[in-house]
Amino acid sequence: MTPAIRLRLTGLQKSFGATRALRSVSLAIAPGEVHALIGENGAGKSTLMKILSGAHAADAGTMELSGQSYQPENPHDARLKGVAMIYQELNLALHLTAQENILLGAESTRWGCVDQATSRARAQTALEQLGHGGLALDQKAGDFSIAEQQIIEIARALLLQPQVLIMDEPTSSLTQADTEKLFATISRLRAQGVSIIYISHFLEECSRIADRYTVLKDGETVGSGAMKDATLDHLVTLMTGREVKDLYPRTPHQPGAVVLAVKTAVLARFAGRNVSSGHGSSVQPTCSLEVRAGEIFGLAGLIGAGRTDLLRAIFGLDTLTRGEVCLIGADAQAATPRHRWQQGVGFLSENRKEEGLMLNQSIADNLTLTKMNTFGRGGWVQQNRQQRAAQHWVDALRVKCRDSAQTISELSGGNQQKVALARLLEHPAQIFLLDEPTRGIDVGSKAQIYQLVSELAAAGKAVVIVSSYLPELLGLCDTIGVMCRGELTAIRPRADWSETDIMRAATGST
Amino acid sequence: MHATLKTILAKSGPFIGLILVIAFFSLPTETREYFLTYNNFKIIFTQTVIVAIGALGMTMIIVSGGIDLSVGSTIALTSVVGALLIQHGWGPIAVLLAVIASGGLIGLLNGSAIAGLRMTPFIITLGTLGVARGSAKWLADNQTVNYDSSPLNSWMTTANPFSLTLPTGVWVALVLALLTSLLLRHTVFGRHIFALGSNEATARLCGIATKRLKILIYVLAGCFFGLAGLFQLSRLRQGDPTVAVGLELDIIAAVIIGGASLSGGVGTILGSMIGALIMAVLRNGSQQMGWPTYFQEIIIGLVIIVAVFLDRLRQGRAAA
Repeated sequence: MTPAIRLRLTGLQKSFGATRALRSVSLAIAPGEVHALIGENGAGKSTLMKILSGAHAADAGTMELSGQSYQPENPHDARLKGVAMIYQELNLALHLTAQENILLGAESTRWGCVDQATSRARAQTALEQLGHGGLALDQKAGDFSIAEQQIIEIARALLLQPQVLIMDEPTSSLTQADTEKLFATISRLRAQGVSIIYISHFLEECSRIADRYTVLKDGETVGSGAMKDATLDHLVTLMTGREVKDLYPRTPHQPGAVVLAVKTAVLARFAGRNVSSGHGSSVQPTCSLEVRAGEIFGLAGLIGAGRTDLLRAIFGLDTLTRGEVCLIGADAQAATPRHRWQQGVGFLSENRKEEGLMLNQSIADNLTLTKMNTFGRGGWVQQNRQQRAAQHWVDALRVKCRDSAQTISELSGGNQQKVALARLLEHPAQIFLLDEPTRGIDVGSKAQIYQLVSELAAAGKAVVIVSSYLPELLGLCDTIGVMCRGELTAIRPRADWSETDIMRAATGST
Repeated sequence: MHATLKTILAKSGPFIGLILVIAFFSLPTETREYFLTYNNFKIIFTQTVIVAIGALGMTMIIVSGGIDLSVGSTIALTSVVGALLIQHGWGPIAVLLAVIASGGLIGLLNGSAIAGLRMTPFIITLGTLGVARGSAKWLADNQTVNYDSSPLNSWMTTANPFSLTLPTGVWVALVLALLTSLLLRHTVFGRHIFALGSNEATARLCGIATKRLKILIYVLAGCFFGLAGLFQLSRLRQGDPTVAVGLELDIIAAVIIGGASLSGGVGTILGSMIGALIMAVLRNGSQQMGWPTYFQEIIIGLVIIVAVFLDRLRQGRAAA
């Protein structure tokens, strides 16, 4: 017996002006199936999701939901018809309570007033369906962790008993442990017969959680099938249209002298949280590390373990409660971002949109912001020199854009990240502090950034990488240190680590 | 080709607005005779000077992501200071420098408070608005400060309708506009102002001394406001502590009509100057049409809203 089809898309097309976002997309999902939708940035995933959720209408093609023609007029209509969407950026009103957020737009009312008892029961039911019945309904959404906020968001989507649930990059801001919990939630929903479209750049995740997959490339379905029959290499080849034989290049490099050292540093956020020293007394959690020229040093750990804090403290964006940061040939006292750039240290923020880039300024301005004064004399900026410098990196890193005067917000995430990284190259930095350098970007750009980092090490630069994506750290780094609750607990050569070891160290379960 | 056309439209938006407003007042029979004459434009230019010079400073502040509500009060205070110094027998150059310096001093207070106390510019300058206005009245003993005569008085005059030359104030505003435009577009200081307004976190991360930069911006803008105060004094020929109430709103409106964004990172001096001219042309035209002042106020209010709305529409289309 063939299983019934819950959602079937046939030959969908959509153009924006002269741009053909979708050329021909087809997709079929059974009830209780988790379906991974895979594709590089710009492959048409977002457009497809917008059509499914009713934000756009397709130009051609058909959509069927449980055998009926499905043509949502707007996102609300889509929700009523049984298609709910969870966006990558969480959409919660942070000042309202969990309950209010779950029921937002679908409040139970009695004579125009919110019916508290019914509302509470409905919110509770939705949470229990997710296996999170214990969540405090009266707590403000902003006081929950990101993972809990996501649960609230999913609960909201479940309120109207959707047949199809679309999740866009649900794990991009989750830790490994929270990802596991999310997967348990997804399995629960699958068992209840909900069809789930799961969009993610993390192929390993897709292959773990999804039953079937569909790969989009340039607005077309280029492959689909059962996940258990597909290898990661096969998926990557479908997505990029080329063989990615080795995602993690190993340009040979020899670590040299120590150029950066952190000595018994206590991070400000963890100063008050003592840990047991093993002799009955308790001490403050500390971090010590040494990074050599030509070495790639990875910092692993759960989100909130202090990896970003440590990187920011090295760069002078945060202060240390105790301990010190030593740089070769530099004054340890001069620890502001301004001095760090002068000392040859560059920092790539994990938060491209809010901190890393000036979105409404040009590529050239973004790329050269640390060294404006070098493009002319007496405080004058010669724009042709500035643009020439930027254009060099645009070409070298194959940034897709009109020219270096284009506004950065018009670029895709991967290309934005290349510009953010090029700022460190142009400066040029000797020590690279990279916080989640490949978050939310497509495989092609990722491969390019790995290649670049490897070449930097070969050229004798020191690189410190913070990442939540373990295959990346294990593939790229020479040395990996793991942080847990503000403490840098273990530093070993890469060969001595496995994913399981790292997770154990990161969760403090040794 | 299509893209270039869009860029031209996006860049010349305020200019098209100015031409439309001028055309509007050139057509009716009541104004046709006089409106498009050189003499009338001499008057319009002269009437624009104070708002225009204020808009130079305000553009820097708004591009940096800030705002200054104390401009009207600063102009009143500095013009009172100027009048008192003339009373005490200071020469015109000394008065000029002292008035600019006192404007810069108020800017220093604003900037230091904003950067040092990490408070929003809106609140700080709302406070300074009261402090400066009160100080002006205190200094002036709550009355106008009169003086016999000063060479200053000729800087804003259009008294001789047959003279072809523009008053000093217009030339000063033009030259300063040119210099400030170069400053914003082509210097490290100017590019850092855009960086600060576009994303303060990025500016800090990239090693820009954001506190010092903020203070510098408010000081420099304060100097412009002081100069505007001097021209206010030259126009009235007396120091009046109750003058220029609410002028900051006209100045902010000029900058916004000129295409700047209140969220920072966007704005041009040329746009702001055209914005200032649009408002002056509207005033001048309305007067010649014999419209009552309340009607002018309504029209200018609507123009601000329409201008910003059109700007957003244009930006949206440019991005698509």
